[in-house]
Amino acid sequence: MNFVRKHITVLAGALVYVLLYAVAAIRYDGFFSLPVFINFLSNNAVLGIVAVGMTFVILSGGIDLSVGAVMSFSSVLIGVLLMDHHWNVYAAIAAALVCGTTLGAAMGAIIHATGIKPFIVTLAGMFFVRGLAFLIHLESIGISEPRHTAIAIARVGPLPVTAVLFLGFVLVGWYVAVLTPFGREVYALGGGEEAALLMGLPVRRTKIAVYAVSGFCASFGGAALSFYLSSGSHLEGVGMELDAIATVVIGGTLLAGGVGSVLGTFIGVLMLGLILTSITTYEGMMSSGMTRVAIGGLLLAFVLLQKVLTRRAGVGRAT
Amino acid sequence: MRARNFWPWVALGALFVFNLLFTPGFARLELRDGRLFGTLVDIFQNGAPVMLLAVGMTLVIALGGIDLSVGSVMALSGAVAALLMTEQGQPVPVAVLAALGMALGVGAFNGVLVAYGGIQPIIVTLVMLVMGRGLAQTLTQDQKIRFEVPAFEFIGNGTVLGLPFPLFLVAALALLVGLMLRKTAAGLYLEAMGSNPRAARLCGLRVHVIRLVAHMTCSVCAGLAGLVAAADIKEADVANAGLYLELDAILAVVLGGTSLTGGRANLVGSLIGATFIQTLTTMLQMRGVITEHTLIIKAAVALSVCFMQTPSFERLARRFRSAEAA
Repeated sequence: MNFVRKHITVLAGALVYVLLYAVAAIRYDGFFSLPVFINFLSNNAVLGIVAVGMTFVILSGGIDLSVGAVMSFSSVLIGVLLMDHHWNVYAAIAAALVCGTTLGAAMGAIIHATGIKPFIVTLAGMFFVRGLAFLIHLESIGISEPRHTAIAIARVGPLPVTAVLFLGFVLVGWYVAVLTPFGREVYALGGGEEAALLMGLPVRRTKIAVYAVSGFCASFGGAALSFYLSSGSHLEGVGMELDAIATVVIGGTLLAGGVGSVLGTFIGVLMLGLILTSITTYEGMMSSGMTRVAIGGLLLAFVLLQKVLTRRAGVGRAT
Repeated sequence: MRARNFWPWVALGALFVFNLLFTPGFARLELRDGRLFGTLVDIFQNGAPVMLLAVGMTLVIALGGIDLSVGSVMALSGAVAALLMTEQGQPVPVAVLAALGMALGVGAFNGVLVAYGGIQPIIVTLVMLVMGRGLAQTLTQDQKIRFEVPAFEFIGNGTVLGLPFPLFLVAALALLVGLMLRKTAAGLYLEAMGSNPRAARLCGLRVHVIRLVAHMTCSVCAGLAGLVAAADIKEADVANAGLYLELDAILAVVLGGTSLTGGRANLVGSLIGATFIQTLTTMLQMRGVITEHTLIIKAAVALSVCFMQTPSFERLARRFRSAEAA
């Protein structure tokens, strides 16, 4: 009983997901099959990896608008290092991860040191990083390098490598959030910064680390993107911040911070993927514009729902 | 006590002096066919959309809010006007009014969700940022829409008294909003609410209505900016119209001395800020910096200016001063 109450949002999300999947399976032929489900995992892997990082930021009561830009930047950087400078794949990815993490940590440090609101800092960060990406290469760059391709087409059992990475991030993210001191500090920070400070928690370190984690996940998302598309792309990350926020919120994490989970985000990613796939490919409304409108609408619906539920429960008062 | 807008003027002045000295051809002005041409005129001509955005954004930021959707609203209003004029063959006034009506609708949507729904302004307007452009893409089916309607193009590049028409548009709008801010109770309410929403509510101000009106005004300004931008290039380009301009608008307002925490609306400052940004953009273009790269510089300027408004900067400055005195 206690277990159910503790994980009520995740369980409710999972239930809704199963129901939606069942409806889709009845409506569309061949929907209920393992390959289709595995496709969901790999098609949404990039978003999922980015969203895991975003979960930590939102749990801590902040927001990170720079993730899309960091992701694009890292995919372009990997492309340039591989194609123009003939780096080893792993070295290129490591370089991208270092850059992404550093950018995230820098934003966290600015947020903490100056007291400027997170969304302004990360908004400026988004433009800054986008500019940086254009600085290293003005156009998107195709990647065809044997070792990179070898990883891109690798499979673990039935799962493509991007899906494995996604699942790995969810598991590690869940472990860090629930079973490590850092995770507890993030929750405490989201619950109330002053209280966390008075409890003697390392607020400064946690705050900076949260944005560093988000930068790390976003740049890893960029690496996954380079495998998925075989290119470093400037365009792919535009609007990604909204998608990531949407999946986190759909997964039951409160925008006010302090409540939520990485597993919820996992379900959020699957749910968003399911709904989008249904309306775009199966219902035949295949247009990027409509997709954007749908994601926006979904996010708003879930935020409103959250508002109603929390008001009733009396937690997370409106700020 | 320094004059109001002391620092914005200093910043703009310094940038102008720098350009006059180091950017060749910056000060050149010539009169051709009854119209002034030159870099200085270009700054006002090309900067008009950002100035219009800055006017509306000032109101929203003075309330302690933010509107990230202005760039998308620009794209949307340009697309609506262009579609009505080309495919529907509607007259210009109808197209203009419909486009502004669309913008007003978006503003009302933002305002209702922020004021009555109690959702953070960033989330609502971020959603609108994505949805607005998505809607514009859907309406135009991802096509650029070109048009040849002289009466409409006048909005973007017409000439009145030798000066570009958008300049008069900016002046008129700023005057209107400025009068509202300084000469009516609405302005007082706005600033009262920005500095302390709770106190304002307890005083009996209708805080929700004020917030709603501010968001609607901001969106209409963005709609107007979208019309100017579309008319200027004679096409509605949904993919690029107003792209990244939300940062310019926020930067203009913050440069002008309106604090992001709300409570102060400085319209003249915002206009100076917008001029500063456009001068910076033009200068970078004249020096051969690619538009995409200017994002880096603008982001850095934005952060530094925000930093200067924070208490931690004040502490730093005070420590520096006392160290100097010792």
